Amino acid sequence: MGELKLMKGNEAIAEAAIRAGVDAYFGYPITPQSEVLEYLMQEQPEERTGMVVLQAESELAAINMVYGAASTGKKVMTTSSSPGISLYQEGISYIAGAELPCVIANVVRGGPGLGTIQPSQADYFQATKGGGHGDYKLYVLAPASVQEMADFVEDGFNIAYKYRNPVMILTDGMIGQMMEKVELKDQKPRWTDEEIKKMSDSWATIGKGNHRERNIITSLDLDSAKQEKHNHHLQKKYRQMEEEDVRFEEINCDDADYLIVAYGSSSRIAMKTLNLARAKGIRVGLFRPITLYPFPMKALNKYIGQVKGILSVEMSAGQLIEDIMLAVECKINVQHFGRYGGMIHSPDEVLQALETLINGGNNGR
Amino acid sequence: MDVKEIIKDENLVYKKTSLMTSNVLSYCPGCGHGTAHRIIMETLDEMGLQSQTIGVAPVGCSVLAYDFMNIDMIQAAHGRAPAVATGVKRTRPDKFVFTYQGDGDLAAIGTAETIHACNRGENITIVFINNGIYGMTGGQMAPTTLEGMKTATSPYGRNLRSMGNPLKITELIAQLPGTYYVSRQAVHTPSAVRKAKKAIRLAFEIQKENKGLSFVEIVSNCNSGWKLPPVKANQWMVDNMFPFYPLGDIKVDGQLVNAQ
Repeated sequence: MGELKLMKGNEAIAEAAIRAGVDAYFGYPITPQSEVLEYLMQEQPEERTGMVVLQAESELAAINMVYGAASTGKKVMTTSSSPGISLYQEGISYIAGAELPCVIANVVRGGPGLGTIQPSQADYFQATKGGGHGDYKLYVLAPASVQEMADFVEDGFNIAYKYRNPVMILTDGMIGQMMEKVELKDQKPRWTDEEIKKMSDSWATIGKGNHRERNIITSLDLDSAKQEKHNHHLQKKYRQMEEEDVRFEEINCDDADYLIVAYGSSSRIAMKTLNLARAKGIRVGLFRPITLYPFPMKALNKYIGQVKGILSVEMSAGQLIEDIMLAVECKINVQHFGRYGGMIHSPDEVLQALETLINGGNNGR
Repeated sequence: MDVKEIIKDENLVYKKTSLMTSNVLSYCPGCGHGTAHRIIMETLDEMGLQSQTIGVAPVGCSVLAYDFMNIDMIQAAHGRAPAVATGVKRTRPDKFVFTYQGDGDLAAIGTAETIHACNRGENITIVFINNGIYGMTGGQMAPTTLEGMKTATSPYGRNLRSMGNPLKITELIAQLPGTYYVSRQAVHTPSAVRKAKKAIRLAFEIQKENKGLSFVEIVSNCNSGWKLPPVKANQWMVDNMFPFYPLGDIKVDGQLVNAQ
């Protein structure tokens, strides 16, 4: 058993990064995730493991530092929050195009614009549908606890290196700021330069020796036929993710007449609703996507014929609901409920919406 | 005398460095990029740095620099090369890292990245090609475009009141404590090429000694963008660019040259 600590989600992600043997973190302060950079600066990981931590001059610079460090095969990570993640999009698109592994966490706050500093889940589309320009996908993990904030750092790097693709941990201000018990894994050593060379010499820019041609990290190909071929290759990776690396959790779904589908913070709230509803005799289950991309399409699709209705619960005006409707081919009555703009729904509000759905009402969408 | 009799080892006075690939340069005839590429690659070759070097290419005419430079290279987003180079150098301090950027890339969209990388004193080398115009996109006004200079987006000449002033970014970054060596050179004559190569060599040696950021500007031509034949473009550069962007060292050993 690892070390038990009481930590904020933001601190857990930072400590987990050190312990996962991450080589570098580049970031820029923004509420509600500044504790990540603060914790790392306080901990002096350079002394603990040799991990580099640098406060960049902007989010634009931070994501491009990630791009540079990842180009050399190093394990590199960054975190930000919604307006900052919007600024990251250019860099993320380049990183996806150039096929670089890295982990990016978005501790989401309410928007649009400068919005609010309170929790939100309104960046779902941005995270799961690409976000920047071009056809690409991030592998998106949605933690629902401080424990998962910590665990998903290493899980994220495993996926990032399996596919040479950026991974996003899509969390929010609630889980980032919330304190919970977390079991931390033991310190893993950072990869040595020799290990990186063995793993990544075929693509990483670590210096051209006589044994190989030069390596080039780029997303550019002016020859459109080649660019299309490159896009085919990217799409093949995404199809493989959809086959091999979908994650989800099903709670009390076996006998369910109704489902609540929710991820992250909303799934925590929905857990309480589940208990309230079950006490009232309503047979409802909670389906929690853990990967938002690839979305658990097949797992949700099998509820066609079993459940009479699905309530999509999300701190947004309705983004997750579109993937649910696709998954169930619109053959189940799917309704959205959620507060947004930084407001958080209560378990009672979710129960009320569920009862509206059950009683043949409409929750507005 | 037959050509075959001339091609002998003892007659060889100059050859292409193996650090330049054999790809045909995509630059316009008369452009300074090819010469600038060559002296950088020759210097890396002479210093035996190929296996340790990571270059960062910008967006602009030299976006495809990696087609010609036979080293590991990263293509950066527009203006972000100094941040990319920072990411490389911070995680690979034993490697040799340089960026190669044009004026639009370095002094307009990437001004923040340039200034902050310089101010942090990152141990990298920045080579800055200043031809006062956006070449790649078809000759639009750049931050370094001179007063009155006609471009595709200043067809009646750059008007300082409405379009702002040409930016002497090199003098600006020379003021920052993180820069150790700052020089402005050109590659339009054999003697200028020799001087520019000497500056590149010094810049790279400073990086090897971890003394801070070294920065070499190369004032160059853009005969296509300036709409002049190559020789006239060079003359125009001497007559107009050099008075505003005077050649020579600006900062040496961390001290401003000509400091009052």
